[in-house]
Amino acid sequence: MTPPRASDLLVIGGGLHGCAAALFAAQAGLRVTLLEKDSVARHASGVNAGGVRRLWRDLEEVPLAERSMQMWHRISDIVGEECGFHPVPQVKVAESEDDLAFLAARAERMRAEGFTHETIIDRKELRVLLPAVAEHCTGALVSEDGFAQPFQTTRAFARRARAQGVAIHEGQQVRRLSHEAGLWRAETPEAVWTAGRVLNCAGAWAGGIAAQIGDVAPVEPIAPLMMVTQRMRPFCSAVVGVARRQLSFKQMPNGTVVIGGARLGRVDPARNRTDIDFRELAQTARTAREIFPLMAGAAIQRCWSGIEGRMPDRLPVIGRSARHESAFHAFGFSAHGFQLGPATGALMADLIATGRLAPEIAPFSITRFAASAEAQSQTRRTS
Amino acid sequence: MSRKDLCIVGAGPAGMAAAVAARQNGLSVTVLDEAPRPGGQIYRDITRAPQQRQALLGPDYRAGAGLAQAFAQSGSVHLAGASVWHIEEDGAGFVLSYSTDEGSRVVEANALIVATGALERPMPLPGWTLPGVTTTGALQILMKSAGVLAESPVLVGCGPLQLLLAAQLVAAGRPPRAIVETVPAENMRRALKHLPRALRGAGYLVKGAGLLARLRRAGVPIYRDARDIVLEGEDRLEAVSFRSRGRAHRIETGSAGLHHGVVPNPQVTRLMRCEHRWHDSQRAFVPVCDAYGESSVPGLFVAGDGAGIRGARSAALAGRLAALRVAERAGQAASPEIAKLRRALARDAAVRPFLETLYAPCAQALSPAEDTLVCRCEEVTAGQVRAAAKAHAPGPNQVKSFLRTGMGPCQGRVCGLAVTALLAESSGRSPDETGYFRIRPPLKPLSLSELAEFVPDEE
Repeated sequence: MTPPRASDLLVIGGGLHGCAAALFAAQAGLRVTLLEKDSVARHASGVNAGGVRRLWRDLEEVPLAERSMQMWHRISDIVGEECGFHPVPQVKVAESEDDLAFLAARAERMRAEGFTHETIIDRKELRVLLPAVAEHCTGALVSEDGFAQPFQTTRAFARRARAQGVAIHEGQQVRRLSHEAGLWRAETPEAVWTAGRVLNCAGAWAGGIAAQIGDVAPVEPIAPLMMVTQRMRPFCSAVVGVARRQLSFKQMPNGTVVIGGARLGRVDPARNRTDIDFRELAQTARTAREIFPLMAGAAIQRCWSGIEGRMPDRLPVIGRSARHESAFHAFGFSAHGFQLGPATGALMADLIATGRLAPEIAPFSITRFAASAEAQSQTRRTS
Repeated sequence: MSRKDLCIVGAGPAGMAAAVAARQNGLSVTVLDEAPRPGGQIYRDITRAPQQRQALLGPDYRAGAGLAQAFAQSGSVHLAGASVWHIEEDGAGFVLSYSTDEGSRVVEANALIVATGALERPMPLPGWTLPGVTTTGALQILMKSAGVLAESPVLVGCGPLQLLLAAQLVAAGRPPRAIVETVPAENMRRALKHLPRALRGAGYLVKGAGLLARLRRAGVPIYRDARDIVLEGEDRLEAVSFRSRGRAHRIETGSAGLHHGVVPNPQVTRLMRCEHRWHDSQRAFVPVCDAYGESSVPGLFVAGDGAGIRGARSAALAGRLAALRVAERAGQAASPEIAKLRRALARDAAVRPFLETLYAPCAQALSPAEDTLVCRCEEVTAGQVRAAAKAHAPGPNQVKSFLRTGMGPCQGRVCGLAVTALLAESSGRSPDETGYFRIRPPLKPLSLSELAEFVPDEE
């Protein structure tokens, strides 16, 4: 085997989070190597729905999402490309007066916390924003957010990272990660890589990496289902969800309509394989048609799914390892990590380079699972 | 929902022959096909074509009548007008989702024979997307189902189908204006070394010579070794210009048929993630199959041109062979016919190396000029694909994500091989190393309302 290839920071995983952290770490002066087991943006980062959404996020995520939103608005300064970013409203539609009250309560709570980006619009305003929306819809919760092209975005971060000196190696699956004599040692089938610090951004595969260094992270690989229609005349200029149902709906600039909504296909992460479950997608199709009746005439062109990592509490793991000072994690974004990519990358790089833990990422420590894992093993021992 | 012993996708020669053989061996069989009547492309509408049209289309077309009749009497369930849009493995076999006028349904089977035949190899030349430019295959479909052509076309390219259509047009009293043949002189020299073997299947050669003689008698001009072809026109085709043996030509026409061979239709075998390998002389990917046509997915057989181009006669033999193997798997004694079918297949294939060398695809269309479109749906040029290849897009799926090639309504049927070839050319890697698009369901665009009403479990 060739002698170890050394750097200051090893990033495992070439998704958006890995590429963004690698870029900012390089800008902070670290020598960075990124190892990707397949190719950059191959999985969830490249094929997600592309929502750049602050709307309806868990309160703990809102400060991080706010910070990321500021970066999205100057994304071309950051990576040198537009990334297909379109600032448009994200909308959560109410289908009844009760729904609208439910959404209004959320807006109220957000205001109480000092966040003003989510506002209620009434039936009339909803029709101005979305003329094609179904008759029964009563209003909506709206935030000025946006969407972008996920593959282009992730690749743009990778390209800029390379330009800043990051060594990105594709087709390098980390088989073994260990800490020896103050250095991290990652073995891939072709080489051994060493670095003083390591960052785990391995998405659906991150649980296995974490376990190798003694951290507990119950990552569940999932395959969120997506479909896209043939081109339709422009009728929807916002990203649309529904108050109490699962839907993510947007019309792209080329007229195609991308529809998702948290329904899951089958997944085999070891073989990079996802299978479409059309029983599930049939429900998504029904919801889409009920919210936009003109979708009855749409033709579905293609369905797909990326492999994503989901945590039991649906919140990401961001921060330092529970076991090692020099190991870090950013994964488990639970199918809503795309918008968070730029800020998470910047704050992770800051943490790794300077030791400063930004308050925006403080809530997401991996230690929250260590406690429950211990409790579980206690229970097992006593029962 | 009842489960069949065997489902067959496609009712061309391979599918019909497989169904007949499977029924003779007592298997329950469902055949799904998009067309309203059996026959596939080669025998399209054979069950209702008038005698006169049959005579005009010739003995190769009429040969399908007997097979279509045997199929009709076989006791197979024939789902006509059924478009298969998804296939899944369910542990014991396959579940096929298909669309009909009455909505989507599913059918289950223990074994599957994919008999979805060939696609015409797209021929990206300057101007090939102009109205008035179509493919030779499309012109022939018009003749089979309607019996007429509005205008005498110029036929551009090469291959047996082009000669056959030209002869059929002559017989119909509307000979082609010209044949612009893209076969370089050295191809004949290279093909000659395959001639002795090809003589084992001399029938094909005799047939080809006969076609050429008929075209000569009819006075159809044939321009050899055509290069630098341009399909000219502003809003529609006005002329075909090219160079032939050093001289420039320009033929005014409002109709042109392009053709440079056919390739296996990869959609179903790619959807099912069957292993594929590049076939050097066919210049296409073929699914890796055993001697019976079974692919790398157990229980999934490929018969006919979908397994590699061998023509209608071999397709029927291969369909029969696959069905006998399925019957054997289902507990029947091994058929003594199997060895005979294998020998017949070998004999029928003898002519292929000669034909594949002589009628190798047109070089100009294999490596299109920078501004020639390769993806018609999303209007992407060869130059854009080459540029994407350089900008860190090593594989077809990255190019697809960048440029949307393969994301349009044709789902990669038109641009797939071109994208692989351009990437291979740019990187110096083989097509096998370069790979191909991942094919995602639905195999054909599906109405959202039809999906919304799709409740397969209640069948």
